[in-house]
Amino acid sequence: MNMHNVSWVRQDMVSPSARPDRQNGRLEWTRKNLFNGWVSTFLTLASVAAILWLAVAVAPWLGNSVWQATSLAECRQLLDGAPGACWAVIRDRWPQLLFGFYPPHLYWRPVLAFALLFAAFAPVLFRSPPARALWFSAVYPGIAYWLIWGGSLWFPTAVYLGFAVAVGLISLSARISHGFAISVAILGAVLWWLYAVEPLTSTANALLPITLDVVASRDIGGFLLSIVIGVTGIAMSLPLGILLALGRRSSLPLIHLLSVVFIEFIRGVPLITLLFTASLLLNYFLPPGTNFDLILRVVIMVTLFASAYMAEVIRGGLAALPRGQYEAAEALGLDYWKAQRLVILPQALKISIPGIVNSFIGLFKDTTLVMFIGLLDPIALAAAIRANTNWQGIYWELFIFIGAVFFVFCFGMSRYSMYLERRLKTDHR
Amino acid sequence: MTNTMTLQALAQDDRLDPAKAAVEITAVNKWYGEFHVLRDINLTVRRGERIVICGPSGSGKSTMIRCINRLEQHQSGTIVVDGIELSNDLKKIDDVRREVGMVFQHFNLFPHLTILQNCMLAPIWVRKMPESEAKELAMHFLEKVRIPDQAHKFPGQLSGGQQQRVAIARSLCMKPRLMLFDEPTSALDPEMIKEVLDTMIELAEEGMTMLCVTHEMGFAQAVADRVIFMDQGQIIEQNEPKAFFSAPQSERTRTFLGQILGH
Repeated sequence: MNMHNVSWVRQDMVSPSARPDRQNGRLEWTRKNLFNGWVSTFLTLASVAAILWLAVAVAPWLGNSVWQATSLAECRQLLDGAPGACWAVIRDRWPQLLFGFYPPHLYWRPVLAFALLFAAFAPVLFRSPPARALWFSAVYPGIAYWLIWGGSLWFPTAVYLGFAVAVGLISLSARISHGFAISVAILGAVLWWLYAVEPLTSTANALLPITLDVVASRDIGGFLLSIVIGVTGIAMSLPLGILLALGRRSSLPLIHLLSVVFIEFIRGVPLITLLFTASLLLNYFLPPGTNFDLILRVVIMVTLFASAYMAEVIRGGLAALPRGQYEAAEALGLDYWKAQRLVILPQALKISIPGIVNSFIGLFKDTTLVMFIGLLDPIALAAAIRANTNWQGIYWELFIFIGAVFFVFCFGMSRYSMYLERRLKTDHR
Repeated sequence: MTNTMTLQALAQDDRLDPAKAAVEITAVNKWYGEFHVLRDINLTVRRGERIVICGPSGSGKSTMIRCINRLEQHQSGTIVVDGIELSNDLKKIDDVRREVGMVFQHFNLFPHLTILQNCMLAPIWVRKMPESEAKELAMHFLEKVRIPDQAHKFPGQLSGGQQQRVAIARSLCMKPRLMLFDEPTSALDPEMIKEVLDTMIELAEEGMTMLCVTHEMGFAQAVADRVIFMDQGQIIEQNEPKAFFSAPQSERTRTFLGQILGH
């Protein structure tokens, strides 16, 4: 090309050609990523050495694992001084770690509830749910409650009827005013739950008893307890968090103020404080004689705690949306709720997925804090198992097992969130 | 028989009366904080009229058309759109927005929905149209803007010009009586401006009432019934395009036209 001359015209076009082979090979990749200069080479070798050292250190302990023993003493006898893991404790006590003191002949009930959990979650979690499947997701909480705690089927049914009462009241009073209808519906449902559920349950049960053996809350423990608290907290904190986030961005001063105060108060207080409030202080505030289940109180506190964090995560997503999205939705005539539901939230929630799942994972692991108020979560049960003379002094195996089960759940959530992000990626940036 | 009756019914609906104004803006003032953005705006838009609004940036032209569908709120004066006066009444605002389509500078398509879903959203949720009918309508307008084959793509996969044409189709799906264009070609590469302007010209030729903020003076000369020049929140001059461009009355207009046409 003659650059001295200003005027120049390309005569023949260059057609695309293949990239040189030499740059694609595995050897080339290794050189570029592992041995690119002496620092990189040193780090590679040091990492390999560290991994080998760890493997050498742990391998005999894992390799000598003892699975058949009835006590730690027996384990030690079998090992005869060699290092080795005593997994026999898991083999001996795993039902306790999973179910706490749940009556063993009723284990099928929480197991069934857990299996149904997947059926209930599937239409929410995966693409294009048939509308009928969502009905199952809606009634699942009642079924799960009935299976785990037992008692009369009429009790969850009566509780569900409270929602029907609310819907009925809304449709009756909607003509008067929107806000009035909602207040009436909430009041009606609360009154229903306070005064109608109990008599209705006993009457219906007298006519047609459908009951399961009652299991008391204090017998429910282990991963069953963690999952009950975790799943309920997760399922409830997301919608509550969305409402709080919308409230915090609302232009109505009262709603804005209430949301800000709630979020800042709950976020500013350690979860353990809220749990102690749930277990101790609420007794002072509730009318004497009310029997308010401790697990229910804990679930409420954990949900409130998580929803404050959720609200802030979602608010971040809402703030990330360009103003034009709101304007376009408004200009098309969508009202506030429709715009939120159809345009704003789908995008804001998608942006917030990593943060939301982060909160979920945090919430699930925080359920171990309930041991401090006397509930038997897996960690508390590990202590209980150690209190038995047979297993006194065993730590690693129990904690590794508990950690592994938590890891499976949390890793599952993490992978799901990545799948969801990939699936919802439509911006092609 | 039924046909004549429908026609009579239509004739009685004063909202279709061509003599009536599509938009009547009377003595409107608006402030952003202490800043007086719109000063004593008076403007009547007749049905079927095509108006181009131009002016330097910050002159309040966008703000003015955004007041018409209440994306911005004015503080004094009255705005009557299709016989509905805009106030704080949310129902009236929704009624107006249903009748007024808007096209934005940055398209503002919904990136999480396909092109087709973008167009079907408002007819289904605002007009309560059955899904099949909304789909038919959406395809009709996508054909009209000549991108029916992109219907199942997402906005991010389209070029700027295509996105803007989808945005026009999305507005048309609501069968608006009035279209507002807020600098529809300002964010586009020069190569794509023409395809959007062609679509707008077609729309104008079909008799759509249009208010268009743009600096495309060729477009103004081709389709506008009236050109309005705004500066410092005021309407400085309005005229039919030929007179506006050939013999601008005010000094400001002359300076402005000199700047945008001068090179």
